[in-house]
Amino acid sequence: MSDVSISLKKPENDQPHLPVVKGGATKSLKHESARMHVSGSATYIDDLPEPQGLVHVVPGLSTKAHARIISLNLDAVKALPGVIGVLTHRDVPGHNQVSPVGKDDEPLLAEDEVFYYGQPIFAVIAENRSIARKAARLAEIEYEDLPAVLNIAQARAAGSELVWRPLEMKRGDVDKGLAEAPRRLNGRITIGGQEHFYLEGQAALAQPGEEGEMRIWSSTQHPTETQHMVAHVLDRPSNLVTVEVRRMGGGFGGKETQANTPACLAALAANLTGRAAKIRLDRDDDMLMTGKRHDFVIDYDVGFTDKGDILAVDMTLAARCGWSADLSGPVIDRALFHADNAYFYPDVRFRSEPLKTNTQSNTAYRGFGGPQGIVAAERVIEEIAFATGLDPLDIRVRNTYGTGARDITPYHMTVEDSIAADIMTELAKRCDYRQRRSAVRERNKHSPYIKRGIALTPVKFGISFTATHYNQAGALVHVYTDGSVQVNHGGTEMGQGLHTKMVQIAMREFGLAEDRVRITATTTGKVPNTSATAASSGADLNGMAVLDAVTKIKGRLEEFASKHWNVNQEQVRFLPDGVHVGDKVVSFPELTKAAYFDRVSLSANGFYKTPKISWNPNTGRGRPFYYFAYGAACAEVAIDLLTGETRIERVDILHDAGQSLNPAIDIGQIEGGFVQGAGWLTMEELVWDDKGQLRTHAPSTYKIPACSDRPRIFNVQLLKQSPNKEETIFRSKAVGEPPFVHGVAVLQAISDALASIADYKICPKLDAPATPECILRTAEKLTAQKPDHNF
Amino acid sequence: MRDHIQFYLGDQYCQVSGFAPETTVLDWLREERHRTGTKEGCNEGDCGACTILVVRMQDNKLEWKAVNACIQFLWMLDGAQIFTVEDLRDPTGALHPVQQAMVDQHGSQCGFCTPGFVMSMVAYYKSPSASTDEAAINDALAGNLCRCTGYAPIVKAMKQALATKSDHFDQQEQTIKNRLETFLPRSSCKISAPAGTVSLPATVEELASIYQDNPDATLVAGATDVGLWVTKRLNSLPHIISIGSVESLKALHETDDELWIGAGVTYSRAHSAIATILPDAGEVIRRIGSTQVRNAGTVCGNIGNGSPIGDGPPLFIAAEAILVLRKGQVTRSLPIEDYFIAYGKQDRQPEEFIEALVIPKPDKNLLYRAYKISKRFDQDISALLGVFAMTCNGDGIVTHIRIAFGGMAATPKRAYATEAAILGKPWDKATLEEAREAIQTDFTPLSDVRSTEWYRRQVAANLLTRFFAETATPTIVETRLAGWKDKAYV
Repeated sequence: MSDVSISLKKPENDQPHLPVVKGGATKSLKHESARMHVSGSATYIDDLPEPQGLVHVVPGLSTKAHARIISLNLDAVKALPGVIGVLTHRDVPGHNQVSPVGKDDEPLLAEDEVFYYGQPIFAVIAENRSIARKAARLAEIEYEDLPAVLNIAQARAAGSELVWRPLEMKRGDVDKGLAEAPRRLNGRITIGGQEHFYLEGQAALAQPGEEGEMRIWSSTQHPTETQHMVAHVLDRPSNLVTVEVRRMGGGFGGKETQANTPACLAALAANLTGRAAKIRLDRDDDMLMTGKRHDFVIDYDVGFTDKGDILAVDMTLAARCGWSADLSGPVIDRALFHADNAYFYPDVRFRSEPLKTNTQSNTAYRGFGGPQGIVAAERVIEEIAFATGLDPLDIRVRNTYGTGARDITPYHMTVEDSIAADIMTELAKRCDYRQRRSAVRERNKHSPYIKRGIALTPVKFGISFTATHYNQAGALVHVYTDGSVQVNHGGTEMGQGLHTKMVQIAMREFGLAEDRVRITATTTGKVPNTSATAASSGADLNGMAVLDAVTKIKGRLEEFASKHWNVNQEQVRFLPDGVHVGDKVVSFPELTKAAYFDRVSLSANGFYKTPKISWNPNTGRGRPFYYFAYGAACAEVAIDLLTGETRIERVDILHDAGQSLNPAIDIGQIEGGFVQGAGWLTMEELVWDDKGQLRTHAPSTYKIPACSDRPRIFNVQLLKQSPNKEETIFRSKAVGEPPFVHGVAVLQAISDALASIADYKICPKLDAPATPECILRTAEKLTAQKPDHNF
Repeated sequence: MRDHIQFYLGDQYCQVSGFAPETTVLDWLREERHRTGTKEGCNEGDCGACTILVVRMQDNKLEWKAVNACIQFLWMLDGAQIFTVEDLRDPTGALHPVQQAMVDQHGSQCGFCTPGFVMSMVAYYKSPSASTDEAAINDALAGNLCRCTGYAPIVKAMKQALATKSDHFDQQEQTIKNRLETFLPRSSCKISAPAGTVSLPATVEELASIYQDNPDATLVAGATDVGLWVTKRLNSLPHIISIGSVESLKALHETDDELWIGAGVTYSRAHSAIATILPDAGEVIRRIGSTQVRNAGTVCGNIGNGSPIGDGPPLFIAAEAILVLRKGQVTRSLPIEDYFIAYGKQDRQPEEFIEALVIPKPDKNLLYRAYKISKRFDQDISALLGVFAMTCNGDGIVTHIRIAFGGMAATPKRAYATEAAILGKPWDKATLEEAREAIQTDFTPLSDVRSTEWYRRQVAANLLTRFFAETATPTIVETRLAGWKDKAYV
């Protein structure tokens, strides 16, 4: 592989270069709430002024993984002074169901059977939260135990049912490909789950209104779905329910569907009492109740050549889905969509096993199954590297998708812009990968206990919801007569800077400064029928919808100005110093005021649907993704062979955000995504006991990376001059999920460090999370396998 | 007797009485004072979203300390000046240098952890030893979790803020001192409410007497453990007796032979004194809890609760420290290892309380090493903690050995068989191998969320190897990853 530098052509139909207002789209701008964040004045659900007569809701949870409820005695709960009432499934006027995929397998409150430890059975309504929490522990529940299936191995052994149709993707003849390959190996990787640990726990406030109206403030990534859930739980039409969210204190997928239950419980309490009702889960309850990232067991069988060219790959991807379907179907599907990562597999078959278990219903989490698929793909690469004795980077580069040939994915989509090899090569050059790899190996010879390892891994991540109908968005933009602008759209802000980017689009298009454009809370009352802010799609979808709305208003203003000042419409341009109308410059307020007097509508809605995409799960064929986002990461780590402790020494990332809408925010997404991904694969370990109780249900036992766990040297760069080939908003690329995958480089680097034990001859087959214990076990295994071990 | 506590919240004088003993500062701030900038993230002192600043006088200087409001009891604020995130802007409304730096460096994403970070950063900014050293910044921020940013921009912001030499609090220094002086000397106080009583004795005699009259009362110093009884177990505490209000228990003094640490001395205050005589104990203390936890939690409280996984006891057992207990007017001393009888059972009689810990100054030839092993380096509870104290004579024969472990048994415990395998022998590879075998007979550890029995056994033996590598091998090799120094220990 030659040392090509990256040279991507700019798309021909790019916009003409006009001056962009300071902070307008494609420039860096501070987060729209930054000053409020640092001042404590940014409000979250629990910070909202409390309505008079507010009641508080706390759920009572199952303490059995699977059991029949023989009796539920709530007398002591109700008797506690301050308790107003207790909700059970009998108090649900509509459907006691919150399955987001319409499977009706997820009762809001348990009926006669509980399916996991932590399942809500009832909810206490009390005058204050402290009383409600105490009361929730006073229920006397008699259970009859039923067989519980807790993990993938048990589910397979028990022949557990699947929560979703299994998916098979195939191309070519994998059996023949494997059989005829000169080299072949197989193996298994176990990949752990992950708790979202959004800093703001699940919370909702419900306020009853006139004639059955219900207004909900919810920390939700999906206001429309929350609206639908509340409506059908209350048995009301959607037009009576309004859901609003200004911002979340983190989401990461954990509030895509998991916010529905708290919102429904608050709504039920408000409905029952006629008073406003608030629910804010205690951290432990939150972690016990809500779903997490799916853990996987992935079996692979791969055929390849002596040079390390992959010929055939057969993989089975089994996931612990928990007690209900939730989003497990599309999550597992996405794992399959990414089990190729950036690599072309000539003959390929992927199969999924979405297994039902008596644990929390696993759900969306940044990457949505994709990262798990990629971890497996990188293990396969690593195996081939050890089998052939080549540098894994060489195996990676030589197997990436090509253009023209070798460009078809296992789901029969053509990869039109494979740049993974170029990015890897460029990053390797920038961070001295080759030289450092030699230096690490040399250093390890003289360091008996602390071993270093290095790895460079790519990511190719498919952008679009695989549920095609989700790829639509709406926006509502108002221009007031003083020339100030209000932007609303269907996406939600959870810290990713979506609102900032939306403001920047309006700023750029109108030529307005930041203080003239205001984002408002997301509400189903302004933009209806929205999609979840998920799948990294927030800016792609809503940005185009905002642009559509802005363009409509601009069109009307241009038409008005051309008539009013008697110039051609093309001579009206919105620039930072004002609106250019022919030779004249008028201020934006001047123009909007004049337009108003001429009875021009200054408000518009916008709409967008992603073009080109389709996907048929029955045939396993289609173009589920509008485009791919790319990147590569190089990680160097140190591990302690006596304790299994690890430290990330240095990380270099080169990431493709297209023509970034906001480089500062995108770099923030990459840095944060990387650390979250590295946490998932190293220290973050979910532990259930044999009764199915999650024992890591608080930050005292579940450890996310702390400040000192970030890489000691951390270089993050955006790929320059790489506008999206597709016509996305200003040619940007989605950046929410893809950088999460860069954490894989850490797992691979730890594996490289471990490999030193057996002189780099044996693939360590390191599972995730690579906790100190997991590393020590792997080290011991390698020591035992080593031909002449005397460590 | 005073029936109220008093403190300043920002510029406001607050006098509060008649509240339930277990009222937390966080609930009071958010629910009573509607200061919602301070967030609840975990309600157990692990995430730092609720961090506030507590300012007190120490040696005639103002000390600015970050603490977790979720596990501070309201009565603990007596006599303090506190600031919340709402107090940080200067009188003209301009952002504090720390706030401005966080904006400039894109240090917030979702913003929920941000107020807590900002408060920890201001506390660090106000600390006399603040530097732009990244290891020191990591320690200052170890008690604040951020799930969005990956911390890099926050550390950059901290460095940027430190470039601004002064803030508006500097101008208020005298005002704050004057305010705090009006609270001195602190008189004893008793808060009564229908839910229970809090006694805040001012002297140790008073404390002894109240405890004798109320042996079922709960003694509370820093509340970093007891706080969770309230926020998680939902216990009521009908009678609390404060340790922290007793001025004389805050004594931290040193003689030629020993270090005396009063029951009211926090880990933060004791840290440098302990680190001076036992550097490796200092390194472990750096990793106990977080800055916020060490600012509240006391050394003696960490012993008193008898936890098998407290990091202090093994450090002090290996150092042959003495515990001073008091009941009424009577005091007694016992070797700290004898305090721990069984799980949940300590050698502390009814009405008796810990008055102090006394650490003897080590012999200059003592090799003292302490290794904390946890899933995460900072702010994590140890899977196990091994402490080794050894002296060899001129012939290389081990003349003194004391090995203590945490996390390996129901109590912090010495490894007697291992010690026996080493004592009187040359500290060489053969002895090491015997010791590695012996340690398997010393302990029968459990499997739990932190690690399995296998891991604990394996690593306990491996820590002997690490100790050996650090004390018996002529060539210096890297042996540790904790800390951001290039070689944490050489």
